Amino acid sequence: MSQETIIIGLAGVLASAAPIVFAVIGETISERAGVINLSMNGTILLSAMGGFAVAYNTNNIVLGFLAGMLIGALVALIVAFASITLQQSQVAVGFVLALTCRDLSYFLGNPYMGVPGPRLQAVPIPFLGDIPILGQLFFRHDAITYISFIAIFLAWLWIFRTRPGLMLQGIGEKPAAAYIRGANVNLMRYVYTIIGGALIGLAGPAFSLATRAGWMGTISGLDGFGWIALSITIFGGWNPLRGAFGAYLFAFLQWLGLVLQPVLTQVPSQVLQVAPFPLMILTLLLVNIGNAEWVERALAAMPEATRKIFAKLLRAMRTSPPAALGVPFERD
Amino acid sequence: MMKNRLINLVYQLAALVLAFGVVSLILLSVDAPPSEAYTNMFKGSFGEMRKFAEVLVAFVPLLLVTAGLLVTFSSGLWNIGVEGQVVLGAIATTWVYRLFLDSDLHPTLIIILAIIGGMFGGAIWAALTGILKVFGGVNEIFGGLGLNFVATALTIYLIFGPWKRPGVASMSGTVPFPDEFSLPLWQNLRISPWALGIALAGIVVVYFLLQGTYFGLRLKAVGKNFRAAYLLGIPTWQYSMYSFLVCGALAGAAGAMQVAAVYHRLIPSISSGYGYLGLMVAMLINYQALWAVPVALFFAALNIGSIQLPIIMKLDSSLSGVLQGVLVLFVLLAAGVRQKFGRKA
Repeated sequence: MSQETIIIGLAGVLASAAPIVFAVIGETISERAGVINLSMNGTILLSAMGGFAVAYNTNNIVLGFLAGMLIGALVALIVAFASITLQQSQVAVGFVLALTCRDLSYFLGNPYMGVPGPRLQAVPIPFLGDIPILGQLFFRHDAITYISFIAIFLAWLWIFRTRPGLMLQGIGEKPAAAYIRGANVNLMRYVYTIIGGALIGLAGPAFSLATRAGWMGTISGLDGFGWIALSITIFGGWNPLRGAFGAYLFAFLQWLGLVLQPVLTQVPSQVLQVAPFPLMILTLLLVNIGNAEWVERALAAMPEATRKIFAKLLRAMRTSPPAALGVPFERD
Repeated sequence: MMKNRLINLVYQLAALVLAFGVVSLILLSVDAPPSEAYTNMFKGSFGEMRKFAEVLVAFVPLLLVTAGLLVTFSSGLWNIGVEGQVVLGAIATTWVYRLFLDSDLHPTLIIILAIIGGMFGGAIWAALTGILKVFGGVNEIFGGLGLNFVATALTIYLIFGPWKRPGVASMSGTVPFPDEFSLPLWQNLRISPWALGIALAGIVVVYFLLQGTYFGLRLKAVGKNFRAAYLLGIPTWQYSMYSFLVCGALAGAAGAMQVAAVYHRLIPSISSGYGYLGLMVAMLINYQALWAVPVALFFAALNIGSIQLPIIMKLDSSLSGVLQGVLVLFVLLAAGVRQKFGRKA
């Protein structure tokens, strides 16, 4: 493979990861506030279909993206209402919405199956796009891919470098303490869940109007990305930078699977296609195993030198969720 | 107590009415008359004996899966991996059948072995999720989901690889098994009374397991409060594993029924999403085993009835999924509204 094809391939990886990047950032923000939005898989499908339908009927791509965000925000509003106001299980409500939104997208999207519609075009940035290698990698994308780059850093800045971001961490970690400091915990959770939902909703049109333009119903192959994005959120340790890295890693593995298919002819193509899923389980195992009791006991039994190395390794990989994730907050 | 039940019923009826209201609005939004859609769905499931038999065919795996899920829910686990457990049940059943294809064993014995094999297959797949959860700290939702995708890939790999039809492999599945390997059917209908009996036995066993045994009591204690149960000396993680194994065995039985009584071979979509649907049924009945039979029957009827929609009205059959989902959602919301505002009244 020539250097040229590799660079084009890698640039494609960055672009095709954009929808997952949005979904991971949206889920990260929502979970940072203490609310798991488990509806993600259905939300992405419904906003992909809805975004495409709106862009197709209005012939306006921007409206399509806005429609996707609105759909994501509305589904998140249901999650927020059910879990914050009514204190029902976030997992139960989210799971039901994941299935319902998926079926709704297939039902309502029926007339749009395979219809050609508008799609985003690449906008090379002048000068920057001409830089060898880097230009090709980063500056010859469509608008939504650029926005995904910017969103990663903005989300990271907001969570870790601003006062409201500190408060956001507070309502997910120690809501009681945040409340004493004057935060309206439940209102903030509503706001962040809805913002997170809108970002998740951006993932849909990022598929249907850009990376996988069009709506193909059950054969769109979009079913499953939401679940992947959920586990990438965990892999990313609720940090937008590490989460985005996870999204790129996933897209890279998918690309690798495609590239390797003609080389590894003895490996059936079905195995390569689902390879990301066992890898996902494996990475979750790696980031979680440090929390297991038996691992701690095993570590304690090791000689000093080896223990230090293993402990360091485990600590580097380990992630822990926000302490109050999934726990409703009630003022006493 | 009596009054409490009545209020509950009122809330649930309100949820049912609201759900049908919302779905009717969705139908109107695509210019389809709701009454016509509902009539077609009803006729498509209860209109003829042949169609009702199809409903029962869908009811069997759905009831078995729901029965299994009642066990994992009781122990506080979200076994989304149940779909993969159904698939592995079907794969293991197919594997046992293939082993005995040319044997002189009595066919009845082979069928029994195949079903037991299916239950083992489901239980082993569930145990994987359990091991990931107990020893690896991987939440059962994610472990289970990942394994669902792996299970489906495994099916396709087997159908197109080692178990492919001689000559051409196709999405229609493996070579059908000889007739004597199939559970006997009811006259000329597609439903096997044996499959129906096994499904009903499954839910009865789970009902008594949860209501009448020490095991069930401890299982529920673990589910209600893991830490307190541990402090009381209940071997908590062992109970988590037991509940995965029981659920996996029942889901595996569902997969076995799909092979032994319905398709007589392994096909790519052997589970047809019954695992996910079972989760909805279990949530809707609020984990009470007695309600599993009527609600699973209702959901099966919606699924079969919706097959008519694309044929007669050019609508997508996913309407049944929308209706089921909206219904469960409203029941959950109604329960929340009742807890929040009913208390004050």
